Amino acid sequence: MAVSANGLERHTIVALLEDEPGALNRVVSLFRARGFNIASMTVGPTETANLSRLTLVVDADESVLEQITKQLYKVIEVLKVTDLSEDKVVARELALIKVSCNSQTRAEVMQMADIYRARIVDVAIDSVIVECTGEEDKIDSLISLLRRFGIKEISRTGRVAMLRGASGATRVLDDE
Amino acid sequence: MAVAQLDEFVQPHHRRAEGTRLSGSHIICETLLREGVDLVFGLPGGAILPLYHVLPEYPQLRHVLVRHEQGAAHAADGYARATGRPGVCIATSGPGATNLVTGIATAMLDSVPLVAITGNVATHMIGKDAFQETDITGVTLPITKHNWLVMRPEDIAPTIKEAFHLATTGRPGPVLIDFPKDVQQQLAVFEYPKVLHMRGYKPTLFGNIRQIRQAVKAIQEAKNPVILAGHGISISDAYDELQELAETGDIPVVQTLLGLSTLPVSHPLCFGFFGMHGSVYANRAVHQADLVIGIGMRFDDRACGKFSAFAPKAKMIHIDIDPAEIGKNVRCDIPVVGDAKNVLMVLNKELKAQGGARHTEWVDSIHLWKRERPGIKVRHSEKLLPQFVLNKLSEVTKGEAIIVCDVGQHQMWAAQHIAYHNRNTHISSGGLGTMGFGFPAAIGAKMGRPDETVWAVVGDGGFQMTLQELATAVQENIDVKVAIINNGYLGMVRQWQELFHDNRYSSVAMSNPDFAKLAEAYGAKGMRCVHKADVEKTIREAMAHNGPVVVDFVVEAEENVYPIIPAGTTAADLIEEPDLLEQVEETHINLLEGESPALATGSRSNGSKQGKRGR
Ligand SMILES: Cc1ncc(C[n+]2csc(CCOP(=O)(O)OP(=O)(O)O)c2C)c(N)n1
Ligand SMILES: [Mg+2]
Repeated sequence: MAVSANGLERHTIVALLEDEPGALNRVVSLFRARGFNIASMTVGPTETANLSRLTLVVDADESVLEQITKQLYKVIEVLKVTDLSEDKVVARELALIKVSCNSQTRAEVMQMADIYRARIVDVAIDSVIVECTGEEDKIDSLISLLRRFGIKEISRTGRVAMLRGASGATRVLDDE
Repeated sequence: MAVAQLDEFVQPHHRRAEGTRLSGSHIICETLLREGVDLVFGLPGGAILPLYHVLPEYPQLRHVLVRHEQGAAHAADGYARATGRPGVCIATSGPGATNLVTGIATAMLDSVPLVAITGNVATHMIGKDAFQETDITGVTLPITKHNWLVMRPEDIAPTIKEAFHLATTGRPGPVLIDFPKDVQQQLAVFEYPKVLHMRGYKPTLFGNIRQIRQAVKAIQEAKNPVILAGHGISISDAYDELQELAETGDIPVVQTLLGLSTLPVSHPLCFGFFGMHGSVYANRAVHQADLVIGIGMRFDDRACGKFSAFAPKAKMIHIDIDPAEIGKNVRCDIPVVGDAKNVLMVLNKELKAQGGARHTEWVDSIHLWKRERPGIKVRHSEKLLPQFVLNKLSEVTKGEAIIVCDVGQHQMWAAQHIAYHNRNTHISSGGLGTMGFGFPAAIGAKMGRPDETVWAVVGDGGFQMTLQELATAVQENIDVKVAIINNGYLGMVRQWQELFHDNRYSSVAMSNPDFAKLAEAYGAKGMRCVHKADVEKTIREAMAHNGPVVVDFVVEAEENVYPIIPAGTTAADLIEEPDLLEQVEETHINLLEGESPALATGSRSNGSKQGKRGR
C-alpha cells in the first residue's frame, strides 16, 4: 500500500451517494470539520440514475480510516462506502499538461508523450497540451520529465478507481 | 388581547382531508399534527408569515411565543429531553434562523430530537442576497443530523415526515427544515406519506449476539467491573434494564453528567457522578476497574480526562447506537452497536442464563471509599454557600423535582449535591455547555411534564443570556422556579483563572441587576435570599406560589467546585477540597459519622492552589 509524504497510508475510498442537493457539501464539510485529510476527490454519475460515485484519496492511519468510513455512513445520502486500498483495483487519473515548446523542442515533447502513451490534444505556436491517463506515479513522472520545457498549466482529475473482477463497490445496492 | 381577537375571527379547523389541495402552510400544520405535535415554540417574521397566518386555525398546535429564538430552541430541547418526544421550534429567515443556531448545536451534541422550522425568502430570490436571506441549511449543516431546503409544496409532507423520523430514531438529533415563503403559500394536494424512502439511513438497533456473549464472559471474568451510564439510557428508556444489569452482574454504576438520574441515588450499586467533577470514590472505581462497560455514552473528555490513560487497567465494553462512537476517543475491546434497551435486554438474559456474577468484595470496597472519603460535601460555614443551597433544594424537593441546569459552577454543584431519585429528572447542557440553556429549557420541561415540580438552577451570568423568557413564562403562566446561584462572578471561569491561570481574574466579575426586582418587573414573583437560615423557608415559599418565581440566592462569591480533575489529566491528578479533612457539615449521602478519612488514594490536595478565598 502506498505511503504518503506525511508517513500515513494512502487509501482510496469510494462512496456512493444519492444525488441530492447538498450531499457533496455534507461530505466535504465532514472532512473539514473532523480534520480528515483529502489528497484528492472526484465525483461523477454512475450506472444508476440519481447516484453519484465519489472517489476519495485520503492519508490516514487505521483508526482515522475507520472514523472516516463510519462518519461517512452517518451522512444520510451516503449509501455505501468501500475501501479500495487493496491490490485488486484499477486506479486511474487523467491529466492535461500545457507544455511550452517551439519548433525545435516540439518533437521531443511529442516523443516523450508517446513513451507515456499520452496524446497531444492541442498544438499552438509555442505550446502543446498533453493528455495523459494512468496511475498517479506515471503522471508525476511524465510531469517531471516535461518540466524542463516549461510547464504552463496542469489540470489533474484526481483518482478514480474500481475493483477488478465481478465484485464491485456498488454491489450492495442489488440486495434491495 | 391580540391573541383573543384572532380566536374570534378565525374558524378553528379540524384536520383537513388528505387528497385535497392545501397551501404549503396548511400542509405544514396538518403534517405536524399527524406527527403528534401539540406544542411549538417560536417567533414570527416576514419569511414565515404565511405559516403564522394559518397557525390560529390550529388551536391543537399550541404556539408559545418566545422573546428570542434561542429561547425557542432551548425550550423545545428541554421539552424533548423531559418527554422523549421531539421538540419543535419555529423562526423566520435570516436573523431568526441564525438565532436558533446555538440551540441546534446544543441539541446536536446531546443527541436531542429537535425539529427546527424556518422560513426563507421566496425561491426566486434565493441566492440574490435578498432581505433577511441566510443560507441556513448551509449554516446548520454541521450541527444538524440532517437538514432540508424544501422547494416545492408537494415535498413538504414527505420532508416533515422524514425529518421527524430522523430526529427521533437511531441516535436522535436536531433537524432543520427551511421553507421559502412562496412554498408556504403555493397549493398542492396534501398526501401524508405512508412509508419513507430512505435508503441511506438504517440505524443498527439490535446488538450482535456474539459480541453480547463476549460481554457476558468478560463480566463473569472481571473482578472489578464498573458501568458508565450515559444519556443513552434515558434516550432509549433503558432504566429498568440498567438496574437489572447492575443487579444481575453485581456491578457498580457510575454516571456521566447526562447519565445522572438513570438509577436512583439510593440504589446500593449507584455511585453517582464521575469525571472532572465527580466524586473521589466514583473516579477511583473507574481508575481501578478491570472492566469498563460504557452504555449510551461517548467517552467525552470531561468524563474521561486524558483518553490514553483512562481506566488504565480495564478491558473496555462499549454499548452505543452510533458505530462512529466506538473507538473514537478511547480504545474498545468489545463493541456492541445497538439501542441500549435492546442490547441490555439480551445481555441481561444471557447473563442470567449463565448464572449472573458476584463482585461483593469490589462493591464493598467502593462503599468503604465512599464512607471514608465522601469528597462531595458542604463545608461548615456561617456564610451562605452555594453547595448548601443545592443541598437544601435536594432536601426540600426530596430529590424528586426536575432540575434543569445552566452551565457553570452551579451546574456542577447541582450534579454533585442533588440526590436524583426519579428517572430523567436531571437536564443539563452537557456536550456544548451552553450558558443560557437552563431557564428556557426549564420552561420546555415544565410544559412537557406539567405535573412535576421544575426548578431551573442557573448562574447569575448564564441567566442573563436568556432571562427575557421570563416574559414568556409570565404570559403563558408556566409554573417554573428559578434558583439563581448568584456569586457575582462568571464563577467557573473565575475558578479556572484561580487554579490554572495564576489567580489572575480577567473579566469575570459582574455587577448584576437586582434579580428579584427584575422578576417583579416582568410580572413574576421575585425573591432574594442572603442568609443560610432563610434558604429552606425561601424554597418552600417559592414552591407554594403558583406561577413563575425567581429566587436570587446571594452566595459566597469565591467558592470552588471540588473535586476537580484538571483537563487533560487522569483520576490520579484529582484535586480535592483543600479542607476536606477538617470538617464536614452535611451531605445527602450522609455516611460520614465520625469516620476519619483515609489517605489511600493517589489524589493530592493542592494547598498551593487554594487561591484567595479567605476563611
Ligand atoms: C454561551 C457561553 N459563553 C461562555 C461560556 C464559558 N463559560 C463556562 S462557565 C462560565 C461562567 C458561568 O457563570 P455563571 O452563569 O454566573 O455561573 P457560575 O459558574 O458562576 O455558577 C462561562 C463564561 C459558556 N459555557 N457558554
Ligand atoms: Mg456566577
